Amino acid sequence: MSMLEAAGVHVRFGDRVVLESVDLAVADGEFHGVMGPNGAGKTTFFNVLTGRVKPSRGKVRLGGEDVTGLSPHRIAAKGIARSFQIMTLFDEFSARDNVMMGLPEFRARGLDFVHAVAGDRRFAEQASEALAAVGLVEKGDVRAKDLSYGDRRALEIAVALAQAPRVLCLDEPTSGLGSDGVQRLAALIARLKGKLTIVAIEHDMEFLFSLADRISVIHWGQVVARGTPHELQRNDWVRRSNLGKFA
Amino acid sequence: MMVGSKSSSEAARLVTPTMLVLWLVLATVPLWITRIGLYPYLGIEILIWSLYAMAFNLVLGTAGLPSFGHGAYFGIGAYAFGLCQFDIVANLWICLVAAALAAGLAGALVALFISHRRGIYYAFMTIAFGQIFWTLAIKSHRITGGEDGLLKIKRLPANFGLVSFDLTDNVAFYYFVLAAFAVGVAALWRLVHSPYGRVVAAIRQSETRAAHLGYNVWLYKASIFALSAAVSGFAGGLFAMAQLAAFPDVMSLHQSGYVVMMTLVGGGLVSFWGPVIGVFLFLTARDVIGALTNAWMLYFGLLFIAIVLFRPEGIAGAISAALQQHSLNALRQRGTSAMRLLVGGGR
Repeated sequence: MSMLEAAGVHVRFGDRVVLESVDLAVADGEFHGVMGPNGAGKTTFFNVLTGRVKPSRGKVRLGGEDVTGLSPHRIAAKGIARSFQIMTLFDEFSARDNVMMGLPEFRARGLDFVHAVAGDRRFAEQASEALAAVGLVEKGDVRAKDLSYGDRRALEIAVALAQAPRVLCLDEPTSGLGSDGVQRLAALIARLKGKLTIVAIEHDMEFLFSLADRISVIHWGQVVARGTPHELQRNDWVRRSNLGKFA
Repeated sequence: MMVGSKSSSEAARLVTPTMLVLWLVLATVPLWITRIGLYPYLGIEILIWSLYAMAFNLVLGTAGLPSFGHGAYFGIGAYAFGLCQFDIVANLWICLVAAALAAGLAGALVALFISHRRGIYYAFMTIAFGQIFWTLAIKSHRITGGEDGLLKIKRLPANFGLVSFDLTDNVAFYYFVLAAFAVGVAALWRLVHSPYGRVVAAIRQSETRAAHLGYNVWLYKASIFALSAAVSGFAGGLFAMAQLAAFPDVMSLHQSGYVVMMTLVGGGLVSFWGPVIGVFLFLTARDVIGALTNAWMLYFGLLFIAIVLFRPEGIAGAISAALQQHSLNALRQRGTSAMRLLVGGGR
């Protein structure tokens, strides 16, 4: 059974069909890349997987459970964490507090207005562990808005990891990163591979082809090619398209 | 910028040193207020409006939700207090609970309709509901007394079983209100620094992020609005006791605007204490400048414009920035002295 499965997902905004019968099956522990030109429908597909957009047709299943059309907070609670193409953090909070917000234990106490957050060390310790995973533990007290671009990208991933997700969806994680940042991120993903199911939209083909177990190519709202990086390099459609230059 | 550890240790406390100092200073007010040409009732008003403004700031400052019809809940609390003592039971504690409960329920009802909105739509919905409650208060003459208000509300005694305190005297009532204010401030401080308060503050910064971390944004927005309305209603109950009446005027749009002005001028968007500073300034300006000219609101309006233009973080924010600059200068001074010593020692 797949950890994450999308079957016949169809999305239309008014007259415009954005996704047409998109299927995806991601195995437990697999790193699945999603690539395609701008406007292909990749982010809309992510929004369907994470509850931001309800599909017109089709199903999304997480560990076999139907999660189609559930609200984002329900899907997140069931174990799908995501990062955003345009970075979305709690800018006024410290890096540690950002991560703390992602902890399932913290979420479980979200309606507690009797106890002080600052009095509970467990949250800070768990948040520090997630920060350590992305190399940000030294900057735990720095406000998110005062971090460098690369550190903010890493913080987004730390927040997602803190959720202890079953599936991690990354929307263009290398976007805006310098070569050092991409290398750091690649090392982090390599460490997570096999332990976590990851689906990543990415334009950096070198990054994707070196890390992904399988890749789906979306174009005009449809999956036009799918396979291992090796298979895709020999795929006719990919070779003919611009994407083939990088592959 | 680093987020200081001093502030986290303060956040963990139920009662902070700042609160203790404030309460002690406020406790001395009846001893000297008449000597400076003012009167204890002004102190009562400042405390009640401070509690109301802090409750309002849960919505505006903590949650970032623009509510411009909050006077409705303050007014509902006032009417509920009066109606409770007339029609149910003349007991201070029960009537104060009724004030908070009635306003909280009204707030919860409104929150059901507005919590899926944000920005300008949210703001206009709060105004619309505020106006509905205000109109109901004016038109329901048999219940609320209409434009004449609900008169002859009594300051019920504070009965603690073995002892009972008469609150008819303004000084006695001031100390009762001060006690209620102290409890209210400690409760609001804890709420803001609790996991719940953290989630609400996170939602202010990004609803999308919060939702994708598993938080039911609608529930938090609705509940903070209802809580804020309940505390505003509690303050309204105290206000009915202070005025010995409940009037629809406090529910009007311009009176709802006052609490927004107070909160913004004081610095409620950046400081827990901002609303208290704003209320103190507003009400003392009303009495002190108002004694000199009827156009006191013109001067306060100019102050409001100046703050929005030059110090949008309000007076509390300006004070905080000045203190930070002062500590930075002191650090630089120490650094320069240490360098001089080092260089001198080298010679």
